[in-house]
Amino acid sequence: MEMRHLRGAFTQEIERLATEDKTIFALATDSRGSVTLTDFAKHLPEQFVECGIAEQDAVGIAAGLANSGLRPFVCGPACFYSMRSAEQVKVDVAYSHTNVKIIGVSGGVSYGALGSTHHSTQDIALMRAIPGLEVFIPSDAVQMTALTDYLAKSDIAAYVRVGRGAVPVFYDVNASFTPGKAVKLKTGCDGAIIACGEMVYPALKAADKLNDKGYSFSVYDMFCIKPLDTIAILEAADTGFVLTAEEHSVYGGLGGAVSEVLSQVKPVPMTIMGLPDEKTFSGNSAEVLAHYGLTSEGIYERAVEGLKKWKSI
Amino acid sequence: MTTQQLIDKANEIRACALTMIFNAQTGHTGGAMSVSDILTVLFYDAMNFGPENASSPDRDRFFLSKGHSCEPYYAILGDRGFFPRSQLATFSQAGSPIIGHPNNAVNGVEVCTGALGHGLPVAVGAAIGAKRTGKAYKTFVVMGDGEQAEGSVWEAAMAAANYKLDNLWAVVDRNGLQISGPTEDVMALDKLSEKYSSFGWDVTELDGNDVSALHEYFHSDRPKGKPHMLIARTVKGKGLPFAENRPEWHHKVPTVEQLREAYTALGIKEVRF
Repeated sequence: MEMRHLRGAFTQEIERLATEDKTIFALATDSRGSVTLTDFAKHLPEQFVECGIAEQDAVGIAAGLANSGLRPFVCGPACFYSMRSAEQVKVDVAYSHTNVKIIGVSGGVSYGALGSTHHSTQDIALMRAIPGLEVFIPSDAVQMTALTDYLAKSDIAAYVRVGRGAVPVFYDVNASFTPGKAVKLKTGCDGAIIACGEMVYPALKAADKLNDKGYSFSVYDMFCIKPLDTIAILEAADTGFVLTAEEHSVYGGLGGAVSEVLSQVKPVPMTIMGLPDEKTFSGNSAEVLAHYGLTSEGIYERAVEGLKKWKSI
Repeated sequence: MTTQQLIDKANEIRACALTMIFNAQTGHTGGAMSVSDILTVLFYDAMNFGPENASSPDRDRFFLSKGHSCEPYYAILGDRGFFPRSQLATFSQAGSPIIGHPNNAVNGVEVCTGALGHGLPVAVGAAIGAKRTGKAYKTFVVMGDGEQAEGSVWEAAMAAANYKLDNLWAVVDRNGLQISGPTEDVMALDKLSEKYSSFGWDVTELDGNDVSALHEYFHSDRPKGKPHMLIARTVKGKGLPFAENRPEWHHKVPTVEQLREAYTALGIKEVRF
Protein backbone atom coordinates (compact mmCIF):
# COMPACT_ATOMS: atom_id res chain seq x y z
CA MET A 1 0.00 0.00 0.00
CA GLU A 2 1.24 3.45 -0.87
CA MET A 3 2.40 5.43 2.15
CA ARG A 4 2.66 9.24 2.09
CA HIS A 5 2.91 11.88 4.75
CA LEU A 6 0.38 14.69 4.74
CA ARG A 7 2.96 17.40 5.32
CA GLY A 8 4.50 16.66 1.95
CA ALA A 9 1.11 16.49 0.25
CA PHE A 10 0.31 19.95 1.60
CA THR A 11 3.59 21.62 0.68
CA GLN A 12 3.68 20.09 -2.79
CA GLU A 13 0.19 21.39 -3.52
CA ILE A 14 0.60 24.79 -1.88
CA GLU A 15 3.80 25.43 -3.84
CA ARG A 16 2.02 24.52 -7.07
CA LEU A 17 -0.84 26.88 -6.23
CA ALA A 18 1.45 29.68 -5.03
CA THR A 19 3.43 29.55 -8.24
CA GLU A 20 0.26 30.55 -10.06
CA ASP A 21 -1.30 32.76 -7.38
CA LYS A 22 1.17 35.30 -6.01
CA THR A 23 -1.16 36.21 -3.14
CA ILE A 24 -0.55 32.85 -1.48
CA PHE A 25 2.09 33.19 1.24
CA ALA A 26 3.67 30.65 3.57
CA LEU A 27 5.02 31.54 7.02
CA ALA A 28 7.26 29.41 9.18
CA THR A 29 8.73 29.66 12.66
CA ASP A 30 12.16 28.08 12.14
CA SER A 31 10.01 25.18 10.99
CA ARG A 32 10.52 25.18 7.22
CA GLY A 33 12.34 21.86 7.45
CA SER A 34 9.85 20.08 9.66
CA VAL A 35 6.93 21.42 7.63
CA THR A 36 8.80 20.54 4.40
CA LEU A 37 8.63 24.14 3.16
CA THR A 38 12.33 24.34 2.28
CA ASP A 39 11.63 24.11 -1.45
CA PHE A 40 8.81 26.67 -1.22
CA ALA A 41 11.17 29.10 0.54
CA LYS A 42 13.84 28.50 -2.11
CA HIS A 43 11.57 28.72 -5.15
CA LEU A 44 9.19 31.45 -3.95
CA PRO A 45 11.23 33.60 -1.53
CA GLU A 46 9.00 36.65 -2.04
CA GLN A 47 6.00 34.61 -0.86
CA PHE A 48 7.73 33.13 2.17
CA VAL A 49 8.08 34.83 5.56
CA GLU A 50 10.39 33.39 8.20
CA CYS A 51 9.21 34.51 11.65
CA GLY A 52 11.83 32.86 13.85
CA ILE A 53 10.78 30.85 16.88
CA ALA A 54 7.83 33.12 17.68
CA GLU A 55 4.43 31.57 17.05
CA GLN A 56 2.40 34.45 18.51
CA ASP A 57 4.19 36.87 16.23
CA ALA A 58 3.76 34.56 13.24
CA VAL A 59 -0.02 34.41 13.59
CA GLY A 60 -0.20 38.19 14.12
CA ILE A 61 2.01 38.79 11.08
CA ALA A 62 -0.22 36.46 9.06
CA ALA A 63 -3.28 38.49 10.09
CA GLY A 64 -1.47 41.64 8.94
CA LEU A 65 -0.56 40.02 5.62
CA ALA A 66 -4.20 39.05 5.16
CA ASN A 67 -5.15 42.65 5.94
CA SER A 68 -2.85 43.71 3.11
CA GLY A 69 -4.79 41.48 0.69
CA LEU A 70 -2.69 38.30 0.81
CA ARG A 71 -3.64 34.69 1.61
CA PRO A 72 -1.21 33.49 4.26
CA PHE A 73 -0.67 29.91 5.42
CA VAL A 74 1.12 29.71 8.79
CA CYS A 75 2.88 26.38 9.10
CA GLY A 76 4.53 24.79 12.08
CA PRO A 77 4.15 22.25 14.87
CA ALA A 78 0.50 21.87 15.88
CA CYS A 79 1.42 21.79 19.57
CA PHE A 80 2.70 25.38 19.49
CA TYR A 81 0.15 26.89 17.11
CA SER A 82 -2.80 25.44 18.98
CA MET A 83 -1.69 26.62 22.41
CA ARG A 84 1.00 29.30 22.47
CA SER A 85 -0.63 31.40 19.76
CA ALA A 86 -4.21 30.45 20.64
CA GLU A 87 -5.10 34.04 21.53
CA GLN A 88 -3.76 35.34 18.23
CA VAL A 89 -5.83 32.70 16.42
CA LYS A 90 -8.90 33.77 18.38
CA VAL A 91 -8.49 37.56 18.16
CA ASP A 92 -6.30 38.45 15.17
CA VAL A 93 -7.68 35.73 12.91
CA ALA A 94 -11.12 34.37 13.84
CA TYR A 95 -12.66 37.34 15.64
CA SER A 96 -11.19 39.77 13.09
CA HIS A 97 -12.17 37.61 10.08
CA THR A 98 -8.70 37.73 8.57
CA ASN A 99 -8.19 35.02 5.98
CA VAL A 100 -5.41 33.08 7.66
CA LYS A 101 -4.92 29.33 7.45
CA ILE A 102 -3.07 27.61 10.29
CA ILE A 103 -1.43 24.36 9.25
CA GLY A 104 -0.41 22.46 12.39
CA VAL A 105 1.96 19.66 11.49
CA SER A 106 3.25 16.71 13.49
CA GLY A 107 0.00 16.85 15.45
CA GLY A 108 -1.43 14.49 18.03
CA VAL A 109 1.33 12.31 19.48
CA SER A 110 3.38 12.32 16.25
CA TYR A 111 6.44 13.56 18.08
CA GLY A 112 6.27 10.47 20.29
CA ALA A 113 9.16 10.29 22.74
CA LEU A 114 9.78 14.04 22.54
CA GLY A 115 7.02 14.06 25.12
CA SER A 116 3.90 15.97 26.02
CA THR A 117 5.44 19.40 25.37
CA HIS A 118 5.38 18.44 21.70
CA HIS A 119 2.04 16.66 21.61
CA SER A 120 -1.10 18.46 20.50
CA THR A 121 -3.90 16.53 22.11
CA GLN A 122 -6.16 19.43 23.09
CA ASP A 123 -6.21 21.29 19.78
CA ILE A 124 -9.57 20.04 18.49
CA ALA A 125 -11.28 21.02 21.74
CA LEU A 126 -9.73 24.46 21.71
CA MET A 127 -10.02 25.36 18.03
CA ARG A 128 -13.56 24.13 17.49
CA ALA A 129 -14.79 26.40 20.28
CA ILE A 130 -13.62 29.51 18.42
CA PRO A 131 -16.35 31.12 16.27
CA GLY A 132 -15.29 32.00 12.74
CA LEU A 133 -12.75 29.23 12.39
CA GLU A 134 -13.07 26.02 10.40
CA VAL A 135 -11.27 22.93 11.71
CA PHE A 136 -10.05 20.04 9.59
CA ILE A 137 -8.23 16.83 10.50
CA PRO A 138 -7.51 15.13 7.16
CA SER A 139 -6.86 11.41 7.03
CA ASP A 140 -4.63 10.77 4.01
CA ALA A 141 -2.46 12.54 1.46
CA VAL A 142 -5.08 12.56 -1.29
CA GLN A 143 -7.57 14.25 1.01
CA MET A 144 -4.89 16.70 2.16
CA THR A 145 -4.23 17.75 -1.42
CA ALA A 146 -7.93 18.33 -2.05
CA LEU A 147 -8.24 20.19 1.23
CA THR A 148 -5.30 22.42 0.30
CA ASP A 149 -7.08 23.35 -2.93
CA TYR A 150 -10.18 24.24 -0.91
CA LEU A 151 -8.21 26.28 1.65
CA ALA A 152 -6.48 28.29 -1.07
CA LYS A 153 -9.86 29.32 -2.48
CA SER A 154 -11.78 29.75 0.76
CA ASP A 155 -12.18 33.13 2.44
CA ILE A 156 -12.82 31.54 5.85
CA ALA A 157 -10.01 31.12 8.38
CA ALA A 158 -9.12 27.55 9.25
CA TYR A 159 -7.02 25.37 11.52
CA VAL A 160 -5.76 22.13 10.01
CA ARG A 161 -3.92 19.41 11.88
CA VAL A 162 -1.86 16.74 10.20
CA GLY A 163 0.51 14.08 11.50
CA ARG A 164 4.19 13.59 10.92
CA GLY A 165 4.83 10.15 9.48
CA ALA A 166 3.83 8.48 6.22
CA VAL A 167 0.40 6.89 6.44
CA PRO A 168 -1.60 4.69 4.05
CA VAL A 169 -3.19 6.38 1.05
CA PHE A 170 -6.68 4.92 0.80
CA TYR A 171 -8.61 7.52 -1.16
CA ASP A 172 -8.80 7.39 -4.94
CA VAL A 173 -7.14 10.40 -6.53
CA ASN A 174 -10.47 11.30 -8.11
CA ALA A 175 -12.38 11.27 -4.82
CA SER A 176 -14.14 14.56 -4.11
CA PHE A 177 -14.34 16.18 -0.71
CA THR A 178 -16.88 18.67 0.53
CA PRO A 179 -16.13 20.59 3.72
CA GLY A 180 -18.94 19.93 6.14
CA LYS A 181 -19.67 16.52 4.65
CA ALA A 182 -18.14 13.45 6.24
CA VAL A 183 -17.01 10.63 3.95
CA LYS A 184 -18.93 7.39 4.50
CA LEU A 185 -16.40 4.66 3.84
CA LYS A 186 -18.41 1.62 4.91
CA THR A 187 -22.06 0.87 5.56
CA GLY A 188 -23.17 -1.41 8.38
CA CYS A 189 -26.09 -1.96 10.74
CA ASP A 190 -24.62 -3.15 14.06
CA GLY A 191 -22.76 0.03 14.87
CA ALA A 192 -20.87 2.98 13.45
CA ILE A 193 -17.30 4.17 13.84
CA ILE A 194 -16.69 7.88 13.38
CA ALA A 195 -12.99 8.69 13.19
CA CYS A 196 -10.78 11.55 12.10
CA GLY A 197 -7.22 12.03 10.93
CA GLU A 198 -4.89 9.13 11.18
CA MET A 199 -7.43 7.07 13.14
CA VAL A 200 -9.57 6.60 10.03
CA TYR A 201 -7.43 3.91 8.44
CA PRO A 202 -7.23 1.80 11.64
CA ALA A 203 -11.01 2.26 11.93
CA LEU A 204 -11.43 0.77 8.45
CA LYS A 205 -9.22 -2.19 9.38
CA ALA A 206 -11.20 -2.68 12.61
CA ALA A 207 -14.45 -2.67 10.62
CA ASP A 208 -13.02 -5.34 8.31
CA LYS A 209 -12.22 -7.54 11.29
CA LEU A 210 -15.64 -6.90 12.82
CA ASN A 211 -17.15 -7.92 9.51
CA ASP A 212 -15.11 -11.14 9.55
CA LYS A 213 -16.63 -11.88 12.96
CA GLY A 214 -20.14 -11.27 11.71
CA TYR A 215 -20.69 -7.64 12.82
CA SER A 216 -21.27 -4.98 10.23
CA PHE A 217 -20.14 -1.44 11.02
CA SER A 218 -20.42 1.84 9.18
CA VAL A 219 -17.23 3.92 9.07
CA TYR A 220 -17.22 7.68 8.67
CA ASP A 221 -14.23 9.92 8.04
CA MET A 222 -15.14 13.09 9.92
CA PHE A 223 -12.27 15.16 8.52
CA CYS A 224 -14.39 18.26 8.96
CA ILE A 225 -14.62 18.83 12.69
CA LYS A 226 -16.09 22.24 11.91
CA PRO A 227 -18.38 22.60 10.08
CA LEU A 228 -19.47 19.27 11.55
CA ASP A 229 -21.60 16.87 9.50
CA THR A 230 -24.53 16.45 11.87
CA ILE A 231 -26.56 14.58 9.25
CA ALA A 232 -23.90 11.88 9.04
CA ILE A 233 -23.77 11.69 12.84
CA LEU A 234 -27.54 11.22 13.07
CA GLU A 235 -27.36 8.58 10.34
CA ALA A 236 -24.59 6.79 12.26
CA ALA A 237 -26.84 6.79 15.34
CA ASP A 238 -29.46 4.79 13.41
CA THR A 239 -27.22 1.76 14.00
CA GLY A 240 -27.85 2.12 17.73
CA PHE A 241 -24.19 2.34 18.75
CA VAL A 242 -21.53 4.94 17.88
CA LEU A 243 -17.82 4.64 18.57
CA THR A 244 -15.55 7.61 17.98
CA ALA A 245 -11.76 7.36 17.58
CA GLU A 246 -9.31 10.24 17.59
CA GLU A 247 -5.71 11.09 18.40
CA HIS A 248 -6.78 13.65 20.96
CA SER A 249 -7.88 13.94 24.56
CA VAL A 250 -11.18 12.22 25.27
CA TYR A 251 -12.32 15.63 26.46
CA GLY A 252 -13.80 18.03 23.95
CA GLY A 253 -12.62 16.51 20.69
CA LEU A 254 -14.43 14.53 18.01
CA GLY A 255 -16.11 12.35 20.63
CA GLY A 256 -17.30 15.44 22.45
CA ALA A 257 -18.60 16.99 19.24
CA VAL A 258 -20.50 13.83 18.27
CA SER A 259 -21.98 13.42 21.73
CA GLU A 260 -23.09 17.07 21.77
CA VAL A 261 -25.19 16.30 18.71
CA LEU A 262 -26.51 12.91 19.75
CA SER A 263 -27.26 13.67 23.40
CA GLN A 264 -29.57 16.48 22.33
CA VAL A 265 -31.21 14.95 19.28
CA LYS A 266 -30.90 11.20 19.21
CA PRO A 267 -29.27 9.74 22.33
CA VAL A 268 -27.55 6.42 21.66
CA PRO A 269 -24.82 4.58 23.57
CA MET A 270 -21.35 5.81 22.66
CA THR A 271 -17.75 4.81 23.18
CA ILE A 272 -15.27 7.69 22.99
CA MET A 273 -11.76 6.49 22.19
CA GLY A 274 -8.85 8.87 22.62
CA LEU A 275 -6.13 9.80 25.07
CA PRO A 276 -7.11 9.68 28.74
CA ASP A 277 -6.77 12.62 31.10
CA GLU A 278 -3.27 11.81 32.30
CA LYS A 279 0.36 12.58 31.54
CA THR A 280 0.92 10.81 28.25
CA PHE A 281 2.77 7.48 28.25
CA SER A 282 6.26 7.82 26.80
CA GLY A 283 7.35 6.08 23.64
CA ASN A 284 7.38 6.62 19.92
CA SER A 285 4.06 7.57 18.40
CA ALA A 286 3.12 3.98 17.50
CA GLU A 287 3.96 2.86 21.03
CA VAL A 288 1.93 5.66 22.58
CA LEU A 289 -1.07 4.90 20.37
CA ALA A 290 -0.75 1.15 21.10
CA HIS A 291 -0.53 1.84 24.84
CA TYR A 292 -3.91 3.55 24.68
CA GLY A 293 -5.48 1.07 22.29
CA LEU A 294 -5.67 3.57 19.44
CA THR A 295 -5.02 0.86 16.86
CA SER A 296 -7.20 -1.25 14.59
CA GLU A 297 -7.07 -4.04 17.19
CA GLY A 298 -7.95 -1.63 19.99
CA ILE A 299 -10.88 -0.17 18.07
CA TYR A 300 -12.09 -3.70 17.27
CA GLU A 301 -11.98 -4.69 20.95
CA ARG A 302 -13.82 -1.58 22.13
CA ALA A 303 -16.43 -2.08 19.41
CA VAL A 304 -17.07 -5.66 20.51
CA GLU A 305 -17.18 -4.52 24.14
CA GLY A 306 -19.75 -1.88 23.18
CA LEU A 307 -21.89 -4.37 21.31
CA LYS A 308 -21.94 -6.70 24.31
CA LYS A 309 -22.70 -3.91 26.73
CA TRP A 310 -25.30 -1.98 24.76
CA LYS A 311 -26.76 -4.37 22.24
CA SER A 312 -26.44 -7.67 24.11
CA ILE A 313 -24.69 -9.18 21.13
CA MET B 1 -5.24 71.81 9.68
CA THR B 2 -3.33 74.53 11.50
CA THR B 3 -1.74 73.80 14.85
CA GLN B 4 -4.56 75.63 16.63
CA GLN B 5 -7.16 73.65 14.68
CA LEU B 6 -5.44 70.39 15.67
CA ILE B 7 -5.39 71.48 19.32
CA ASP B 8 -9.08 72.36 19.15
CA LYS B 9 -9.91 69.10 17.37
CA ALA B 10 -8.04 67.04 19.97
CA ASN B 11 -9.99 68.71 22.75
CA GLU B 12 -13.25 68.20 20.87
CA ILE B 13 -12.35 64.49 20.56
CA ARG B 14 -11.54 64.33 24.28
CA ALA B 15 -14.91 65.85 25.18
CA CYS B 16 -16.68 63.49 22.82
CA ALA B 17 -14.85 60.44 24.22
CA LEU B 18 -15.56 61.49 27.81
CA THR B 19 -19.23 61.98 26.99
CA MET B 20 -19.38 58.49 25.47
CA ILE B 21 -17.84 57.11 28.68
CA PHE B 22 -20.31 59.09 30.78
CA ASN B 23 -23.30 57.94 28.73
CA ALA B 24 -22.20 54.30 28.83
CA GLN B 25 -21.05 54.55 32.47
CA THR B 26 -18.00 52.53 31.43
CA GLY B 27 -14.72 53.19 29.66
CA HIS B 28 -11.02 53.85 30.02
CA THR B 29 -10.79 57.57 30.69
CA GLY B 30 -7.10 58.07 31.52
CA GLY B 31 -5.54 56.44 28.46
CA ALA B 32 -8.24 57.87 26.20
CA MET B 33 -7.19 61.38 27.21
CA SER B 34 -3.43 60.76 26.96
CA VAL B 35 -3.65 59.32 23.44
CA SER B 36 -6.08 61.88 21.95
CA ASP B 37 -3.43 64.22 20.53
CA ILE B 38 -1.60 61.33 18.87
CA LEU B 39 -4.78 59.98 17.28
CA THR B 40 -5.89 63.44 16.19
CA VAL B 41 -2.61 64.21 14.42
CA LEU B 42 -2.61 60.77 12.77
CA PHE B 43 -6.20 60.94 11.51
CA TYR B 44 -6.47 64.65 10.62
CA ASP B 45 -2.92 65.38 9.56
CA ALA B 46 -0.53 62.50 8.98
CA MET B 47 -2.30 59.49 7.48
CA ASN B 48 -3.71 58.86 4.03
CA PHE B 49 -6.77 57.17 5.47
CA GLY B 50 -10.33 58.40 5.41
CA PRO B 51 -13.84 57.20 4.59
CA GLU B 52 -13.21 57.94 0.92
CA ASN B 53 -10.40 55.36 0.68
CA ALA B 54 -11.40 53.03 3.55
CA SER B 55 -11.48 49.97 1.31
CA SER B 56 -8.67 50.94 -1.03
CA PRO B 57 -5.71 48.55 -1.00
CA ASP B 58 -3.47 51.63 -0.97
CA ARG B 59 -4.88 53.22 2.20
CA ASP B 60 -2.52 53.76 5.10
CA ARG B 61 -3.09 51.15 7.79
CA PHE B 62 -3.82 52.03 11.41
CA PHE B 63 -3.95 49.63 14.36
CA LEU B 64 -4.86 50.69 17.90
CA SER B 65 -3.01 48.08 19.90
CA LYS B 66 -3.94 49.73 23.21
CA GLY B 67 -7.50 48.87 22.35
CA HIS B 68 -8.93 50.04 25.66
CA SER B 69 -8.41 53.62 24.44
CA CYS B 70 -11.09 53.05 21.84
CA GLU B 71 -13.33 56.01 22.78
CA PRO B 72 -11.31 58.75 21.02
CA TYR B 73 -10.68 56.32 18.15
CA TYR B 74 -14.42 55.79 17.62
CA ALA B 75 -15.04 59.51 18.16
CA ILE B 76 -12.57 60.31 15.37
CA LEU B 77 -13.98 57.65 13.03
CA GLY B 78 -17.48 59.05 13.60
CA ASP B 79 -16.29 62.62 13.15
CA ARG B 80 -14.41 61.73 9.95
CA GLY B 81 -17.55 60.06 8.57
CA PHE B 82 -16.53 56.40 8.58
CA PHE B 83 -20.00 55.86 10.08
CA PRO B 84 -22.80 58.25 11.09
CA ARG B 85 -21.57 60.26 14.04
CA SER B 86 -24.92 59.75 15.77
CA GLN B 87 -23.93 56.09 16.31
CA LEU B 88 -21.43 57.24 18.93
CA ALA B 89 -24.46 57.44 21.23
CA THR B 90 -24.64 53.65 21.12
CA PHE B 91 -21.16 53.15 22.60
CA SER B 92 -21.23 50.02 24.81
CA GLN B 93 -25.04 49.77 24.51
CA ALA B 94 -26.68 46.38 23.99
CA GLY B 95 -26.36 45.21 20.40
CA SER B 96 -24.05 48.03 19.28
CA PRO B 97 -20.90 47.18 17.29
CA ILE B 98 -19.22 50.16 18.98
CA ILE B 99 -18.03 48.21 22.00
CA GLY B 100 -15.39 48.77 24.65
CA HIS B 101 -12.51 47.71 22.42
CA PRO B 102 -11.93 48.25 18.68
CA ASN B 103 -14.23 46.02 16.67
CA ASN B 104 -13.68 45.62 12.94
CA ALA B 105 -17.40 45.25 12.36
CA VAL B 106 -17.13 49.07 12.54
CA ASN B 107 -16.01 50.76 9.30
CA GLY B 108 -12.47 52.08 9.65
CA VAL B 109 -11.30 49.51 12.19
CA GLU B 110 -8.83 47.15 10.49
CA VAL B 111 -8.74 44.31 13.02
CA CYS B 112 -10.19 43.66 16.45
CA THR B 113 -7.79 44.61 19.22
CA GLY B 114 -7.87 44.86 22.96
CA ALA B 115 -5.90 41.81 24.02
CA LEU B 116 -2.59 43.57 24.55
CA GLY B 117 0.54 42.77 22.60
CA HIS B 118 -1.33 41.99 19.39
CA GLY B 119 -1.13 45.23 17.41
CA LEU B 120 2.57 45.35 16.61
CA PRO B 121 2.75 41.83 15.12
CA VAL B 122 -0.29 42.57 12.92
CA ALA B 123 1.22 45.91 11.89
CA VAL B 124 4.47 44.12 11.01
CA GLY B 125 2.46 41.79 8.77
CA ALA B 126 0.72 44.71 7.06
CA ALA B 127 4.07 46.42 6.51
CA ILE B 128 5.68 43.26 5.11
CA GLY B 129 2.62 42.91 2.87
CA ALA B 130 3.16 46.42 1.48
CA LYS B 131 6.85 45.73 0.80
CA ARG B 132 6.19 42.40 -0.88
CA THR B 133 3.40 43.70 -3.09
CA GLY B 134 5.10 46.98 -3.99
CA LYS B 135 2.50 49.17 -2.30
CA ALA B 136 3.42 52.59 -0.97
CA TYR B 137 1.05 52.69 1.98
CA LYS B 138 2.40 53.31 5.47
CA THR B 139 1.45 51.32 8.56
CA PHE B 140 0.84 52.97 11.92
CA VAL B 141 0.31 51.29 15.29
CA VAL B 142 -0.27 52.84 18.71
CA MET B 143 0.63 50.85 21.80
CA GLY B 144 0.39 51.51 25.52
CA ASP B 145 3.38 51.63 27.82
CA GLY B 146 2.09 49.01 30.25
CA GLU B 147 1.56 46.86 27.17
CA GLN B 148 5.32 46.75 26.63
CA ALA B 149 5.47 43.94 29.21
CA GLU B 150 3.81 41.59 26.70
CA GLY B 151 6.42 39.31 25.15
CA SER B 152 4.75 39.32 21.74
CA VAL B 153 5.61 43.04 21.43
CA TRP B 154 9.28 42.15 21.43
CA GLU B 155 8.87 39.24 19.04
CA ALA B 156 7.40 41.75 16.60
CA ALA B 157 10.03 44.40 17.44
CA MET B 158 12.66 41.88 16.38
CA ALA B 159 10.80 40.96 13.18
CA ALA B 160 10.25 44.62 12.21
CA ALA B 161 13.99 45.30 12.36
CA ASN B 162 14.82 41.99 10.68
CA TYR B 163 12.64 42.93 7.71
CA LYS B 164 13.90 46.56 7.73
CA LEU B 165 10.34 47.87 7.84
CA ASP B 166 10.93 51.58 7.21
CA ASN B 167 7.26 51.77 6.17
CA LEU B 168 6.17 51.08 9.77
CA TRP B 169 5.55 53.76 12.41
CA ALA B 170 4.93 52.56 15.97
CA VAL B 171 3.96 54.90 18.80
CA VAL B 172 4.07 54.18 22.52
CA ASP B 173 1.67 56.33 24.53
CA ARG B 174 4.17 56.76 27.37
CA ASN B 175 1.87 58.13 30.06
CA GLY B 176 3.79 56.31 32.79
CA LEU B 177 0.76 54.82 34.51
CA GLN B 178 -1.06 51.54 34.23
CA ILE B 179 -4.03 50.16 36.12
CA SER B 180 -2.04 49.19 39.23
CA GLY B 181 0.12 52.31 39.39
CA PRO B 182 3.29 53.75 37.85
CA THR B 183 4.76 51.55 35.12
CA GLU B 184 8.14 51.77 36.82
CA ASP B 185 6.66 50.19 39.96
CA VAL B 186 4.62 47.52 38.16
CA MET B 187 7.24 46.41 35.63
CA ALA B 188 10.09 48.81 34.98
CA LEU B 189 10.32 49.89 31.33
CA ASP B 190 13.07 52.47 31.28
CA LYS B 191 15.16 52.98 29.28
CA LEU B 192 12.49 52.21 26.72
CA SER B 193 14.15 54.23 23.94
CA GLU B 194 17.39 52.35 24.38
CA LYS B 195 15.54 49.04 24.32
CA TYR B 196 14.06 49.80 20.89
CA SER B 197 17.31 51.33 19.64
CA SER B 198 19.16 48.17 20.57
CA PHE B 199 16.53 46.19 18.65
CA GLY B 200 17.48 48.18 15.55
CA TRP B 201 14.72 50.79 15.45
CA ASP B 202 14.85 54.49 14.55
CA VAL B 203 13.70 55.93 17.90
CA THR B 204 12.41 59.43 18.70
CA GLU B 205 11.10 60.75 22.01
CA LEU B 206 8.90 63.82 22.25
CA ASP B 207 5.97 65.36 24.08
CA GLY B 208 3.02 63.29 22.87
CA ASN B 209 0.49 65.91 23.94
CA ASP B 210 2.14 68.55 21.72
CA VAL B 211 0.33 68.41 18.38
CA SER B 212 2.90 70.65 16.77
CA ALA B 213 5.75 68.30 17.72
CA LEU B 214 3.70 65.30 16.55
CA HIS B 215 2.97 67.02 13.24
CA GLU B 216 6.67 67.78 12.73
CA TYR B 217 7.61 64.20 13.54
CA PHE B 218 5.15 62.49 11.20
CA HIS B 219 6.13 64.80 8.36
CA SER B 220 9.88 64.42 8.87
CA ASP B 221 12.22 62.34 6.74
CA ARG B 222 13.12 59.23 8.67
CA PRO B 223 16.12 56.96 8.15
CA LYS B 224 15.73 54.19 5.57
CA GLY B 225 16.02 50.52 6.41
CA LYS B 226 14.65 50.74 9.96
CA PRO B 227 11.20 50.74 11.54
CA HIS B 228 10.27 53.98 13.32
CA MET B 229 9.41 54.19 17.00
CA LEU B 230 7.96 57.25 18.65
CA ILE B 231 8.04 57.25 22.42
CA ALA B 232 5.33 59.84 23.01
CA ARG B 233 5.57 61.17 26.56
CA THR B 234 2.04 61.99 27.61
CA VAL B 235 -0.04 62.77 30.66
CA LYS B 236 -2.62 60.19 31.62
CA GLY B 237 -5.98 61.90 31.95
CA LYS B 238 -4.62 64.89 29.93
CA GLY B 239 -6.99 67.84 29.86
CA LEU B 240 -9.12 66.77 32.81
CA PRO B 241 -8.02 68.69 35.94
CA PHE B 242 -9.43 65.98 38.22
CA ALA B 243 -7.85 63.05 36.41
CA GLU B 244 -4.39 64.06 35.25
CA ASN B 245 -1.67 61.67 36.44
CA ARG B 246 -4.05 59.80 38.73
CA PRO B 247 -3.92 56.00 38.26
CA GLU B 248 -7.48 55.47 39.56
CA TRP B 249 -8.72 57.28 36.44
CA HIS B 250 -7.53 54.36 34.30
CA HIS B 251 -11.15 53.32 33.98
CA LYS B 252 -13.09 55.63 36.25
CA VAL B 253 -16.30 57.24 34.97
CA PRO B 254 -16.88 60.98 35.50
CA THR B 255 -19.82 62.35 37.45
CA VAL B 256 -22.04 64.88 35.68
CA GLU B 257 -20.25 67.66 37.57
CA GLN B 258 -16.88 66.34 36.43
CA LEU B 259 -18.16 66.11 32.88
CA ARG B 260 -19.12 69.82 33.02
CA GLU B 261 -15.75 70.66 34.60
CA ALA B 262 -14.03 68.78 31.77
CA TYR B 263 -16.00 70.68 29.10
CA THR B 264 -14.93 73.96 30.68
CA ALA B 265 -11.29 72.89 30.90
CA LEU B 266 -11.34 71.70 27.28
CA GLY B 267 -13.15 74.80 26.02
CA ILE B 268 -16.14 72.82 24.79
CA LYS B 269 -19.70 74.13 25.22
CA GLU B 270 -21.58 70.91 24.58
CA VAL B 271 -21.32 67.50 22.90
CA ARG B 272 -24.15 66.25 20.73
CA PHE B 273 -24.24 62.97 18.85
